[in-house]
Amino acid sequence: MSAETLLPWIPVFPLLGFLVNGLLYLVAHSKLGGKDAPLGAHGHGGGHGDSHAAHAADPDDHGHGGHGDIPFKAVHTWIGPVASGLSFVFALLAILSWWKETGGHREVVATLWTWIPMGTNAGWFGAPDFTVDVAFRLDPLSALMLGFVTFIGTLIHVYSVGYMGHDEGYGRFFSYLNLFMFSMLTLVLGANLAILFVGWEGVGLCSYLLIGYYYTKDFAADAGKKAFIMNRVGDWGFLMGLFACVAMFGTVDFGKMFAAAAATPATYAAGGLVTFACLALFVGATGKSAQIPLYVWLPDAMAGPTPVSALIHAATMVTAGVYMVVRCNVLFRISHEWALKTLGEGASVWGLLTHDASFVVAVVGGVTAFVAATIGLAQTDIKKVLAYSTVSQLGYMFLGCGVLAFGAGMFHVFTHAFFKACLFLGSGSVIHALSGEQEMTAMGGLRSKIPHTYRTMLIATLAISGVPLLSGFFSKDLILGETFLQGHPWLWALAALTAGLTAFYMFRLIKMTFFGEYRGPKETWEHVHESPATMTVVLWILAVGAVVVGYVGIPNFIVPGGNRFEAFLHPAFPALPPDWTPHPHQASHALEYGLMLGSVAIAGLGILLATTFFYKGSAPWALPAKVVAAFPNAYRWVRNKYFVDEAYEAVFVNGLVKKGGRLLWEIDARVVDGVVNGTRHLTVGLSHVSNWFDRTFVDGAVNGVGDSFQAAWKGYGKLQSGQTQNYAFGMAAGVFALVCIYIIFA
Amino acid sequence: MNGLLSLLILLPTAGALAILFLPREKTGPIKALATAVAGLTFFASLPLWFARGFRESAGFLFREDLSWIPSLGVRYSLGVDGIAALLILLTTLLSVISIYASYTAVKTREKEYYIFLLLLETGMIGVFCALDFFLFYVFWEVMLVPMYFLIGVWGGPRKLYAAIKFFLYTLFGSVIMLVGIIALYFFNTTGFLWWKGLGNAPTFDILHFHAIAPQIPADLQLWLFWAFFLGFAIKVPMFPFHTWLPDAHVEAPTAGSVILAGVLLKMGTYGFLRFSLPIFPSAASTRWVQLTVVVLAIVGILYGSLVAMVQKDIKKLVAYSSVAHLGFVMLGFFALNNAGMQGGVLQSINHGLSTGGLFLLVGIIYERRHTRQIADFGGLSQVMPIYATLFMIIALASLGLPLLNGFVGEFTILVGAFLADWKWALFAGVGVILGAAYLLWLYQRVFFGELKHEENKGLQDVNLREVLTLAPLIVCCVWIGVYPKPFFAMTAPASAKIVAALDAAKGAPPALSAALSAAPAAPVPSATAVLPAAAALPEAAPRGN
Repeated sequence: MSAETLLPWIPVFPLLGFLVNGLLYLVAHSKLGGKDAPLGAHGHGGGHGDSHAAHAADPDDHGHGGHGDIPFKAVHTWIGPVASGLSFVFALLAILSWWKETGGHREVVATLWTWIPMGTNAGWFGAPDFTVDVAFRLDPLSALMLGFVTFIGTLIHVYSVGYMGHDEGYGRFFSYLNLFMFSMLTLVLGANLAILFVGWEGVGLCSYLLIGYYYTKDFAADAGKKAFIMNRVGDWGFLMGLFACVAMFGTVDFGKMFAAAAATPATYAAGGLVTFACLALFVGATGKSAQIPLYVWLPDAMAGPTPVSALIHAATMVTAGVYMVVRCNVLFRISHEWALKTLGEGASVWGLLTHDASFVVAVVGGVTAFVAATIGLAQTDIKKVLAYSTVSQLGYMFLGCGVLAFGAGMFHVFTHAFFKACLFLGSGSVIHALSGEQEMTAMGGLRSKIPHTYRTMLIATLAISGVPLLSGFFSKDLILGETFLQGHPWLWALAALTAGLTAFYMFRLIKMTFFGEYRGPKETWEHVHESPATMTVVLWILAVGAVVVGYVGIPNFIVPGGNRFEAFLHPAFPALPPDWTPHPHQASHALEYGLMLGSVAIAGLGILLATTFFYKGSAPWALPAKVVAAFPNAYRWVRNKYFVDEAYEAVFVNGLVKKGGRLLWEIDARVVDGVVNGTRHLTVGLSHVSNWFDRTFVDGAVNGVGDSFQAAWKGYGKLQSGQTQNYAFGMAAGVFALVCIYIIFA
Repeated sequence: MNGLLSLLILLPTAGALAILFLPREKTGPIKALATAVAGLTFFASLPLWFARGFRESAGFLFREDLSWIPSLGVRYSLGVDGIAALLILLTTLLSVISIYASYTAVKTREKEYYIFLLLLETGMIGVFCALDFFLFYVFWEVMLVPMYFLIGVWGGPRKLYAAIKFFLYTLFGSVIMLVGIIALYFFNTTGFLWWKGLGNAPTFDILHFHAIAPQIPADLQLWLFWAFFLGFAIKVPMFPFHTWLPDAHVEAPTAGSVILAGVLLKMGTYGFLRFSLPIFPSAASTRWVQLTVVVLAIVGILYGSLVAMVQKDIKKLVAYSSVAHLGFVMLGFFALNNAGMQGGVLQSINHGLSTGGLFLLVGIIYERRHTRQIADFGGLSQVMPIYATLFMIIALASLGLPLLNGFVGEFTILVGAFLADWKWALFAGVGVILGAAYLLWLYQRVFFGELKHEENKGLQDVNLREVLTLAPLIVCCVWIGVYPKPFFAMTAPASAKIVAALDAAKGAPPALSAALSAAPAAPVPSATAVLPAAAALPEAAPRGN
């Protein structure tokens, strides 16, 4: 079958899985189905972001194979992972036939139907018919995303079979997870910005549903809502960027848009149009990919079950922003060149920030990477550390895109998906083993009890820290090197420092979790057990991935042509006219090697510091405590995430929205409606006046007239005697008179 | 199929008459008959959907034309274009749903209740069919009466206040509109005040007024535009004429709210499409008029959303969300381009489906708990999972999630607004954020968390009848969200015609505007004015829209 016919089927399976799982779940849990409180007791009262509350609540829950009365459990177990697996198979088939058909040089587009026809409208540069098609596109970029999203997605479905095995919302969980796969695949495959946005909002919805999965817990429901609304703030930006593209190109189809832009960049760059579109789109990316200023939802999102954190909030969904920026690389490159042309040499930072969308992306990425890493230093919740680590790594990806090394950014997306998914699932396994405990202060010494988890997490940690020959090393080093070579030494310094911080907090996590003495309650220790095979096998697959996937991108200066990753992606970066293409930078191999050694050294320093910092001898906390005591304020700020959440809450949520809403509501009731009611009172008042006037004067006059008539006719009344003769006489007299008149006048 | 429209208008009234002859204790047969009649009307209206003519031209189909009051030129003239046809379909659908949804909600004076609902349906269909101003006005006013009684008799504690407010407020607007109609009538014949008449034979034919629109002087257009505007803006309702709406919604019985939100508000937007825009195109496309209406629309979006956020009563929250949604519709219309117009029309339908659905859902919970205070709920997902799911779907449709109907409408409207002036879309787009905020916060407080209140623990999930009332709405929401093309196709020619008239008015000021020739036509918004930074664009850039 051709790629074009295979393509539309890829998202269909998870969609069907969602429908079947969801309907079965509803049937089983409605009153009609005979069950009373379907999602009753997730009773854990703990205040912290305990995603695994169900386990913590109920020790019985841990007897494996214990109460198995989850309705349709077998069906859910099959449909969920199989739907995702079928997507993986079809994705592979589609990619294979695409490769056979085009050699990877051309895209294949499958147009299904016209979605939104908007009629004839005048855009800024012409008057085409605006239509948005439901269409899917397979090109190197989407093939890459498609591959790892379906692969890791399927693994995490399998992992969830074990992890969520005792949860009463099992079917609900799988239906949401399938819906997520559907949305993510739509996002990745969408052939235009609007379909991408469909997936974009879809994954946002699933994120909302899954973060708030333990919805009886207020913190979970709050976190879900926060994620959705912050993402909507980003989506507002995304939509503006999309509209700008509509206005500029008269289409949102990637192929047509970028062909037009690449043909005449000057037309679209003029006046900063492209920069506006890019910045607006990037606002969207900061929401979805948790960058400053919209990053605060992601750490809270850890309230969701751990497989969700791994799949959605580490490996796939949060990289959608990076994917979108890479997808629109033509626009960002044009914006960059336009800024250079407009500003000339030696532009100020402010000038660049207002003209060069790429530079904004780089700065936001670099700063986010650093800030999130510092916060990660002082967190004690294992998932929170990983969450800030994710924010930080996403910052790296944007940094890469911002310095126009889109391939490097994508490469980090790819490697990060493996090692971060492994880390999250590993933390899930730890939490599972400790019956829901997430605080690292209550862990320690787990190395021997859960060896598979320990080993896989250690491998992934080495990878994320940038230890040579593991995947993270290749991708991170590429970004760092490009940042320096593109002429951003300060951003390079920031990113290199962040690399050291990364190594430090990751090894801190490993040390606190797996080494030293166990610090939690005794009875939990008795229960500590390695996770079932569905989980550990997945961990090992990901750990192997974390080691090997980097080898598709060996730097070209080490092995010429070694970066096959970038070569593969190359067709996704169409050429611009020569005067819109930056001069290729010439760097000596010595410099490139030097940069690489530098980043390795920094990572090594971080690891060394972390391993010596914690657990020396019998007083493991002595050194960290000393540091905290030395810098109490710095610690307080970092520990409390710089109070950004509190500031947002105070200014936006309570200030603008709630206070503003209440104020407007008062105005509505008192002023706007006051005018209406005032009119009513005025009218009623006037009516009373009129009434008085009416009775006194108008009616007075009428009555007066009436009275006088009455008086006048009083005499006449006497005629009405009631005697027939009198009336007969009257009649005869009348007839006589009429006859007389007739005779006289006729 | 001639006579179809008359049939649609008369069927509900005939049903009402039949119910009149049933004894009042026989509530079963009364309900069955009312449902059957409304259902029959719905099926009778289906040919409108399948008529291919709407998709091919902007003309009026299913025409009927009989002389009524010859001396005044009043005719019984009916006909629909794609827009009206779609609105009639929405009306017949929502009517049968709201009748079916009232079975257990209304327990007093059932006979009168169903009679009024059916009479209301006649009025509503009549408004969308009428092609004669006089006839239109008759239906427009006739419709008020049953609604007044529905709120006033079967409403909540403050029903009388709400009913009277609704009646007087709308009547006030209509009367001013009536003055406008009369002015038009005289301008067409002998002249109105100091405006010299056209000397035509007396007529109330709406299509005739469409035809003479270019001959109406600009200053008269302005006056009449505002006269009609008041009538329709109150009905829509636009900020700041909206305060009757929350009261009416909160006090009305569920069916009343559904009809009110689903159809009655659409009469306001329909009025703009049928009268204000095509008859006064030069007034509507005057820059300051356009700006005034757009600003009111955007204020309505933001204001309605923010006020909705802090409501304590679910129904009031939904009512204020209507103000925001209708703001989007008006924004689309007054972008004065195809995208905005089509989006506005579709969003009118969408709002009827999703807000109608929300009111049904509120009604369901109100019947069980006799309260609508958000604080009285919490954790309902645990006892009513199906209800929670249905609520989620409709709420997502309302907040504009892609693949559900609300998104398609809002998206198209915002594209139109962006093309007209990108800043409009920038501000209105904030409404998209707020929409998510108030609905999700509502959802969280009602469905998430622990079951705090003892009374909620024994709540029954939705029954089959309730699911059946919601199912058609959800099907339509998904349908429009995934495949809106047939809906766009149905309204495209009609709305393109309106846009063409507006474009023509913008291009060439009316020939007879000598009286106001001194007044400069507002500068046409040009593409170069859209982005301030875009001033350097090549001359080739076309003039906006």
